[in-house]
Amino acid sequence: MSAIQLLNVSRHWGDVRAVDDVSFEVEQGTMLVLLGPSGCGKSTTLRLIAGLESVTSGRIMIGERDVTHLPPAQRQLAMVFQSYALFPHLTVRENILFGLTVRKVPEAEREKRLTRAVDILGLSTLLQRKPGELSGGQQQRVALGRALVAEAAVCLMDEPLSNLDAKLRHEMRREIRALQQTLGMTMVYVTHDQTEAMSMADRIILMQGGRIVQNATPSELYSRPATTFAGNFIGTPPMNLVRLDDARGSVCVAGSRSGKVGVVDSANYVLGIRPEHVRIVPDGWRAVVESVEYLGSSSVLGCRVGGEELSVVVDGVSDIAVGAEIYLHCPDEHIHIFDAQTGARRGTCR
Amino acid sequence: MPPAFRNPATMRTIHAWLLLLPALAFIAAFTHYPAVNTFIHSFFLDGRGGAPAQFVGLEHYQYLLEDEVFRKALVNNLLFASGTIPLSIGLAMTMAFLVNAGLAGQSVLRLCYFVPTVLPMIAVANIWLFFYTPEYGLLEQIRGALGLAGVNWLGSESTALPCVIAVAVWKDAGFFMIFYLAALQQIPPSLAEAAMLEGASRLYYYRRVVIPLLMPTTLFVLVNATINAFRMVDHLFVLTQGGPNNASSLLLYYIYEVSFKYWDTGYGAALTMVLLGFLALASIGQFGFLDRKVHYR
Repeated sequence: MSAIQLLNVSRHWGDVRAVDDVSFEVEQGTMLVLLGPSGCGKSTTLRLIAGLESVTSGRIMIGERDVTHLPPAQRQLAMVFQSYALFPHLTVRENILFGLTVRKVPEAEREKRLTRAVDILGLSTLLQRKPGELSGGQQQRVALGRALVAEAAVCLMDEPLSNLDAKLRHEMRREIRALQQTLGMTMVYVTHDQTEAMSMADRIILMQGGRIVQNATPSELYSRPATTFAGNFIGTPPMNLVRLDDARGSVCVAGSRSGKVGVVDSANYVLGIRPEHVRIVPDGWRAVVESVEYLGSSSVLGCRVGGEELSVVVDGVSDIAVGAEIYLHCPDEHIHIFDAQTGARRGTCR
Repeated sequence: MPPAFRNPATMRTIHAWLLLLPALAFIAAFTHYPAVNTFIHSFFLDGRGGAPAQFVGLEHYQYLLEDEVFRKALVNNLLFASGTIPLSIGLAMTMAFLVNAGLAGQSVLRLCYFVPTVLPMIAVANIWLFFYTPEYGLLEQIRGALGLAGVNWLGSESTALPCVIAVAVWKDAGFFMIFYLAALQQIPPSLAEAAMLEGASRLYYYRRVVIPLLMPTTLFVLVNATINAFRMVDHLFVLTQGGPNNASSLLLYYIYEVSFKYWDTGYGAALTMVLLGFLALASIGQFGFLDRKVHYR
């Protein structure tokens, strides 16, 4: 059963189509991540689900109910905001219980839910503090606590980790995912960070310009990107997009004579090759190394093949110097083929 | 160089005092010296015709207790304060909520609310003098059109003080609104959204979130409103001159009359000390008591 369903939902402001004909479903107890660059419509989509914005057209279902025109309070959902939206004059305890007090949940029930949430999140020593006296990570936990005690059918999260430092973000990422799985919550999570999306999601919806580019599992998104945009957005360093040339009768990498390409028969394609799938071989596409980036467990070589630039990931420290000439090869099964005009996927070579 | 000047801690202290000196000199010359002087002066009776002032001890203060006009002015001032302070603060908060609500034409509304504040006091009093004028004033024309009996607003003992209160509220509320507006715009919109998601009504959100978050502003405005209530004198010159029968006389106006109309500056100084005492009490009460209840970010 799907916990949330969006049917042809649009939100326009004049000519600006913030969200344009978006449809998807979220399965009960799963985590869906809305991913995309800033301005792609992911936050607006979340706010439409929450009821903080109203739809221009389309329908939104939560569970069996059509909530399209219901106010936020009646949609039975909890939300964690990017800024946490904690009430600065209330203590941690009052913040967490705010919604239950408003809804006049009986005292005993309130205490039970509070104790449970506080135990899960490790907030028991902080209950009498005010948000201003907490660190960013602790504030984040309080915001999570407020979402937990609501025991809502659906939990929405709007870039909840973007105000934390890298180490804490990594910790909270795991914690939120573990929480979601153990409690079986249905969660919609907005982020622009592909690592966050890939590591947490059951399903990812990649958005661009108010539209869905691809709705897939993380592994599918990585192995079968629907467009050049999807290929380029997922992965660090991003996928190499290689333009082609067929000037001398055979298809080559644009601007290169040695870079023969056997997998396609015309230059109306773009090849997508992940940096981690490129090998350095004794004979292949001739390339000049233009930069070397050392990352610890691996290094990224910035190479030029004809007119195209390719990143290549090699293990550990690389002894190849800038300016060196090397030969590259990518196994056919790892080459993604996209339409040169539309950017749409045409398949892999197998 | 004496050894003390070689000690860096001593030098730092000397530097600090030197830097404070200019401000200290001004505050001493223009605030502390006159205050102390007034205090001393309140124990003297002015000499007539060039004779030296005569020490009378607590005589002025004893007279205070018998002075009916003083008692009237004091009661009036307390009534004036308890009228203007809550009314102007309540009105200011309401107006700030209104102009912050995102209505169409709200910048015009903001301007309208703020105009009374930028007008000079005397001009304001003149405008209101016209409203209150018997027979052809604005209020009387309206009452006349409704067939009601004429009232001499400023000329009757029962209505003079409320009329003065109305003018002060009208003038102060717009000014205080600006502070509330600034404070309201500091509240992140996500708080309203979070409250809405949790099922809080608009009223609940204002009562439990917005008004508590405005408390630092309210304290500031309260202090200013209190000071204004005891500092009020300008309107009285134009509107009522404290009359009729001292029905609208306030402390500061009475001090002015005693000191500069009757030239009894010694008694005037004693009255001033009473006024200072009231203001000191008010500020101790506000900062000492309310401060603990206010949440500062």
